[in-house]
This record gives sequence, C-alpha cells and structure tokens, in this order.
Amino acid sequence: MNRTSQQTTLIVLLGFMVVLGFILPDWMRYLFTVALCKAFVVLGIVILLRAGLVSFGHALFFAAAAYSVAFSANLWGIREALVLIILGVLASLALAAIIGLLVAGYREIFFAMLTLAFSMAFFGVLVKAYKFTGGTDGLHIPSPTILGLQFSPEISSIAKYFLTLFCLLIVVYLINRLVNSPFGYTLRAVKENEIRVSYMGCSVRKAVYLAFLISGGLAGLGGSLITFDVGHIDPYLSYWTTSGEFVFVALLSGTGNVFACLGGSVFVEFIKTYAFKYAPYTWQMVLGGIMLVVILFSPGGLWALYENLRRRMKMGGKKFDAIT
Amino acid sequence: MPLLEVKDLSMHFDAIVAADNLNVTVDAGEVVGIIGPNGAGKTTFLNLVTGYLKPQKGRIMLMGKDIVGLRPHEITAMGVARSFQMPQLFLELTVLENILVALATGSSRSLHSWRPLKNKERINEAHEILDRLGLDEMHNRLAGEIPEGDRKLLDVAMAFALKPKLLFMDEPTSGVSTEDKFQVMDRLMNVLNQSEVTTVFIEHDMSVVRRYAKRVLVFNEGKVMADGHPEAILKKETQSIQGVEIKCCK
Repeated sequence: MNRTSQQTTLIVLLGFMVVLGFILPDWMRYLFTVALCKAFVVLGIVILLRAGLVSFGHALFFAAAAYSVAFSANLWGIREALVLIILGVLASLALAAIIGLLVAGYREIFFAMLTLAFSMAFFGVLVKAYKFTGGTDGLHIPSPTILGLQFSPEISSIAKYFLTLFCLLIVVYLINRLVNSPFGYTLRAVKENEIRVSYMGCSVRKAVYLAFLISGGLAGLGGSLITFDVGHIDPYLSYWTTSGEFVFVALLSGTGNVFACLGGSVFVEFIKTYAFKYAPYTWQMVLGGIMLVVILFSPGGLWALYENLRRRMKMGGKKFDAIT
Repeated sequence: MPLLEVKDLSMHFDAIVAADNLNVTVDAGEVVGIIGPNGAGKTTFLNLVTGYLKPQKGRIMLMGKDIVGLRPHEITAMGVARSFQMPQLFLELTVLENILVALATGSSRSLHSWRPLKNKERINEAHEILDRLGLDEMHNRLAGEIPEGDRKLLDVAMAFALKPKLLFMDEPTSGVSTEDKFQVMDRLMNVLNQSEVTTVFIEHDMSVVRRYAKRVLVFNEGKVMADGHPEAILKKETQSIQGVEIKCCK
C-alpha cells in the first residue's frame, strides 16, 4: 500500500467511523467502542509479532491500566478522563518497564510463557487482594468527565466512542510512522536475523525492550479506555484467555498493516457477540472454525485476504482495459 | 598507533586450540588476507575481534581502546563491520531494504529515529552502493530470491553501508563460481579501495589472495605461522611454512 492510498484509506475510514458514531444504536456503539479499545492491545501485540515475539500476557497491562483508572477514580476522586488515561498508561508502562527487563532476553516459547506467567501472577494478586481490588467481584468506575464536561447517559456513550476514536487516530498515525521508521524495520530485521542486526551496531535486546514498552503502553491505553465504556472491571481482564483473545485477533487480522487490527478487532467482537447469541454453548467453536479457515486459506490474516482481493481486482481492471 | 592490535590472544574449545597467544596488528589502509587450513582459527580470530566470542586471555585494542568484553553491536558502533561465510541477510526484505536498514542503523546508531526509513536521501545513497557493486538491477527483488554470488555481495554491501573503518570479510568468494570469483572481488575491492576502508579477509583461494591482498597472514593451530607480502609467502606453487602446506595457483 503506497502513501497516497494509505492516506485515502485513513480519511475514508475516519469519515465512516465518525458517521457510525452518530447513527449506530447504543448497543452497537458500545460493541464498537469495546472493539476499538481492544484494537489498541492488538496493535501492541502486532508490534511484538513483527519482531517475531508472541506475548500471551498482554492482558496484564490491559488490566493494570484498568485497575489504575479505577483506583484513581475511586480512591482519589479523579474524574477527568484524560488524566485517568495518562495514569492508566503510566501504570502499564511502569510494569512493562520492569517486566521488559526480565523478558527481553528471551525468545519464542520462553518469551510467550514468561509473559503468560507474569499475567497469571497478576491475576492471582487481583483475586486475592480483595480489600483493594474487590476480588472476583471487581470494581465499579463512575462515568468520567471529558475535558471537564459531564455528559448525560445518552450522550455519554457517543462521547466515549469519540474519545476512543480520537485516541485511536493518534495511535494509528504514530504506529504507522513507527512501522515505517528505521526502528520498525529493525524489528522486522530482529525477527529474521538477530546476528546481522547486532553486526549493524544495534542492540537487539534494546530494540526488543523498546518494542515491549510501546506494546505495554498501548495495552494500557486500551485498558484505560475500556473502563469508561464498561464501567466495571474484574480480575478476568488479566486472565490468560483475555491475552489469548488479543493474540487470536492479531493473528486473524494479520501484521501487514495497522488498519488490519481495527478491522480484525471489530470483526471478532461482532462475530463473538452473534455467535454467543445464536450458539451460546458453542460460540468458541465458531471462533475456532473461523480462525482455522483464515489460517488455511489466508495465513497472512484478513489483511492478506483484502490485499489479494484488491490485487485481483486491479489485475481484472487491466485485462478489461486491454480488451477495450 | 595501529588500527587493530591483538596481544597474546588465547581461546580454547576444550582440547581444541583456536587461538594460541595470537599477536596481530593491522594498520589503517591495509588489505590483509588470512589463509590457513580448516580449523586453523581464522574464523575464530574474526569472531573474537568482532565480539561474537570472548577470549580467555589477551587484549584486543581498537584504535588504542581495549574492546575485550564488548558486545558485537558496541564494537560495530566503533567502526568495525563484518561479512559472513554464510551471508546474513534479511531474506524477506528486498535488496534495497536490506541496504536501507544498514544505512539507517549505521548513520543514526540508535533506535530513536522517527524519519521514515525510505526517505529520498537514503534511497539515493542505497542505490549508489548497489550500483557500485552491480546489484542495483535487482533492488526490488527479495534478498531470499537472488543468486548466491549476489547474496555474498549484498552481505558485504550491508557491512560497507555502515561506513566502517575496518571491514572483515569471511570467505567472500566461497560459493561463487570460478568464473565469477574475480568479477565479484574486483567490484568489492574497487569500492573498498576507493573508500579507503581497511580490509581483512579470510580466503582459501590463493589466486584471490595473491591478486588482492597487500599482506598475508598464515594461520595454523591458532597461531600466525607467517606474516608478509603475498609474493614472498606464496612465491612457490606449493610450499610449506613450518609444516602448513599452502597450495597456490597462478
């Protein structure tokens, strides 16, 4: 995808999302907002995937930010969404900075298992520290103010949607710059050949650590935002199945483009909702079946499928031109 | 002050002696060929000097600074680059992207650059390097799809893109056909000579050593058995230096 077509896609997508914010029914806007919040974490996972690393513990940063928002709102009475977001992201960044030091030297299954272990340890802390976290009952978060404005419940849903969309827009721009920067390519290079990266004067460990930090921060942003939309959090935000879902969406979306994560996240959220509605006891099987089909027919994920279709349509167009 | 000074360097792998009180100096501007039988310690020497291995004894001075214990990326950042016996490329990136990544890493020496990798200035520089090595025609092909000889060139090109003061090449012509060998080396040495890069290369083909090296080091059992001008060392078609048989070809 060249720069012009990427800018066009971004503008069209943005216009579409803005319109959706106004026309969607409440329940669907809620689903969209949740999907977009999860897309931040998926973007973080994708950054690590580009370096060849799979994290099965990103729910930790997602939950850490959510709990940080909850504590800030409930204990200190902070109500401003932007301040809460910053505090949530800082909490997840701090955790990523510590855990990153320990995991940056590991690869493949060891990296995946270590991240999973940290996430499950955090889950244990959240469940056991009942006095502070409410245990499995979780915590309630009051509706925040946005730029000092308190919205009515009807408008609040739209405001939260646009707040998430605004954050997403900034993140997509920054991540798009990042993947096209020398650092973005260095991560791809790390995936392919660490020895060569070292012999180019670049510390592989530092590159992985930095990627982990960015990735943790993104998960934190998603975790902060989702608390506003859901209004209630519990330890299952950090459970391994939540981490697994993020990896699932990342693989399903494909790592080829940042927009893929948005599409993938929305796609999975809706499939999950409808699968649960029509097959409440077998909805996981539906998701698994879809994953199987995508892996079999488009190993590069939904984005690769889209790219193939686009290429075929282009080629079809050329043939048609030649005939005429 | 020599560019590289190796003093009493020792490295053993259990009973195998890879470097035995090795003493080597390389001055700026030299083109040094390293020869010796398999297992003589040539690649180990290269791995020790570039930080891949840590010596058990001895000092390695680069421009007067001891670099023992530094990691490969730290030594590379000091101006030492290397190519490999088996080319170490990013096979899923294009030929151009391989050079661009090397250029970006070499110029900024950091991970903090927000400028796009593919900016006009850098692309032009990458094309210039590829053009000088005769690889520009295939700049859009994936590195994993190009022939072995070109991979060797690309491997050196990536090291060269780091703008090193000292370049090590591990068997730059291995895997290259006899017909292409001199063509590949001509291109490489022209570029390196023009840029005045001090070069040390390991080579098994004596005709290549004779033609391109200004000085030859003969390695055996982790020791330098002979050090001198190629004509003096390779003066006979087959000769033995302290028991090391060197097969020469004209």
